[in-house]
Amino acid sequence: MSSTPTTTGSSPLARAAAIAAAFAIVGGVIVVPLASVFFEALAEGPAAWWRAIAHDPDTRHAIWLSLTVAPVAVAFNTVFGVAAAWLVARFRFPGRSLLISFFDVPFAVSPVVAGLAIVLIFGRQGLLGPTLEWLSLKVIFSWPGLVLATTFVTLPLVVRELIPVMEAIGPEEELAAVSLGAGGWQVFWRVTLPNIRWALLHGIVLANARAMGEFGAVYVVSGHIAGATDTMPLRVEKLFQEYRTPASMAVASVLASIALVTLIVKFVIERRIEAEFHEREGLAPPADSPAVASLAIASPKEAVA
Amino acid sequence: MTPESAISIPLDGIRLDNELSLDESLSGLPARRRRAEVLPGFGVSGAITGLVVTALVILPLAVLVLRAASLGPAGFVAAAWTPRARAAYAVSLGASVAAAAISSTLGLVVAWVLARINFPGRRLLDSLVDVPLALPTAVAGLVYSTLYVEKGWLGRYLVPLGFQGAYSRAGIVLVLVFVSLPFAVRVVQPVIESLDRDTEEAARILGASRLQTFFKVVLPAILPAVLTGFALALARSLGEYGSVVFISGNMPFKTEIAPVLIVSRLEEFAYAEATAIAVVLLLLSIGLLVVVNVLQQRVARAAQ
Repeated sequence: MSSTPTTTGSSPLARAAAIAAAFAIVGGVIVVPLASVFFEALAEGPAAWWRAIAHDPDTRHAIWLSLTVAPVAVAFNTVFGVAAAWLVARFRFPGRSLLISFFDVPFAVSPVVAGLAIVLIFGRQGLLGPTLEWLSLKVIFSWPGLVLATTFVTLPLVVRELIPVMEAIGPEEELAAVSLGAGGWQVFWRVTLPNIRWALLHGIVLANARAMGEFGAVYVVSGHIAGATDTMPLRVEKLFQEYRTPASMAVASVLASIALVTLIVKFVIERRIEAEFHEREGLAPPADSPAVASLAIASPKEAVA
Repeated sequence: MTPESAISIPLDGIRLDNELSLDESLSGLPARRRRAEVLPGFGVSGAITGLVVTALVILPLAVLVLRAASLGPAGFVAAAWTPRARAAYAVSLGASVAAAAISSTLGLVVAWVLARINFPGRRLLDSLVDVPLALPTAVAGLVYSTLYVEKGWLGRYLVPLGFQGAYSRAGIVLVLVFVSLPFAVRVVQPVIESLDRDTEEAARILGASRLQTFFKVVLPAILPAVLTGFALALARSLGEYGSVVFISGNMPFKTEIAPVLIVSRLEEFAYAEATAIAVVLLLLSIGLLVVVNVLQQRVARAAQ
């Protein structure tokens, strides 16, 4: 997303060449692979595609598992993101900048390393292994482990969306509400939430896409057991390893469709955010910190009002 | 940067926030110092945040590092520095550096076009750049491996020319370019947008050629951003697992990257070795995070 540039200077020929180069790069690196997912998935017709998706019990289970793990992880991150953004954007306290840099750690760490760390805590030989066994609770190779790993990798997404927005809006409206006698939850539901709702939704959409697609961390903690702990991306890999590429492509096409819908929703929300900030006179759209936003699936928004 | 200089950023003019590190852009207006006493929720939000960050970020990484430390220096080196591990670091680093360099170069072109030229389809192109961020990496890996095999869409033309894009190091680089391209574009794009074009025009009027203007005026201004994009692409590539595992063939000493080695050690229940290699990778990525932060400050200063 960026503001419309005014074209000046260079010759039309140079401009055309530059545009062609940009289309060739994005086309070759991104569009051709994306298009081929759908072509390959539908190569044997829609009936075969549907059979691969709906008639394979392990694939059905993987779809169901993804649809249950991702929302829970996203819900955790929504609560965490709102709380953490409120803390960091509205209060000054010692250790604040250190805390903010901790929010970024999941972006920097390899998902495989994150998965391993979770195994070292909750696995049978892990720190809490004996305790969990005594309680007969299973985290690794099971649903809670999937949720933990997914929550870890998506941790920064919501909070990083909210901090710049809450900073840009400032605490004045909330201070006014408090001075008029509003309680904490009233301030949150009536003042803060309406102000941050689009940014929050943006963060949730991005976190959901990442949660649906997470592979490395989930691969490590899940034990990738077909029909039990395989999520959709793991199922894609399993089918591929079994030389069932068409079926693998069919599942991949579902994931790719989710990704495309995510991008469309993201685009629409970004337009809303833009519009809303233009309404707030004199306030520039919030600019994400590029280091963070770009490590995630978010993209830095406009730098110029 | 001092808090005072942050205050001087006009809210209604050009915002430089996204060239500033978050902390700098947030630092205090005097009125905000009162908040802690007035606004509610410090305790609740602090408790939730503290709990989550401790349980999910600090504790796992601490356990990882302590596990590795418990091996002792000799044991750590023995576990982390085996010939196979060294080969995996080399493949990981080599492929990631190559991919980050290619992404930075291609990303600069795309960012430039998006920032400077208005043409039909610009919004679409802009949106397409985000695809690798939303597409699951497993899908990317699957597709790339089928595109570049002998009978694939691209492989049927490239394999006869001697280019093996699947089950090779080149394949790792290819898929890492896909994964890291958006980072390279998105970091540079806003910086090009905020460039003052008068300087370029002045250079041209004073007789500089297009190339001279680019290398002497534009490049120095955007170099910190390009380097940041490179570092981010590198960090992303080093940790990447999902896409590479499909396309690389995972041959030890040849196409095995460090994250793949961690997983295969883990599957053999060789926890010590997996942990040691993970710590090496962790230190690399945290080092890169620090480099990115330093570069960000350079970007911020250049934007001033």
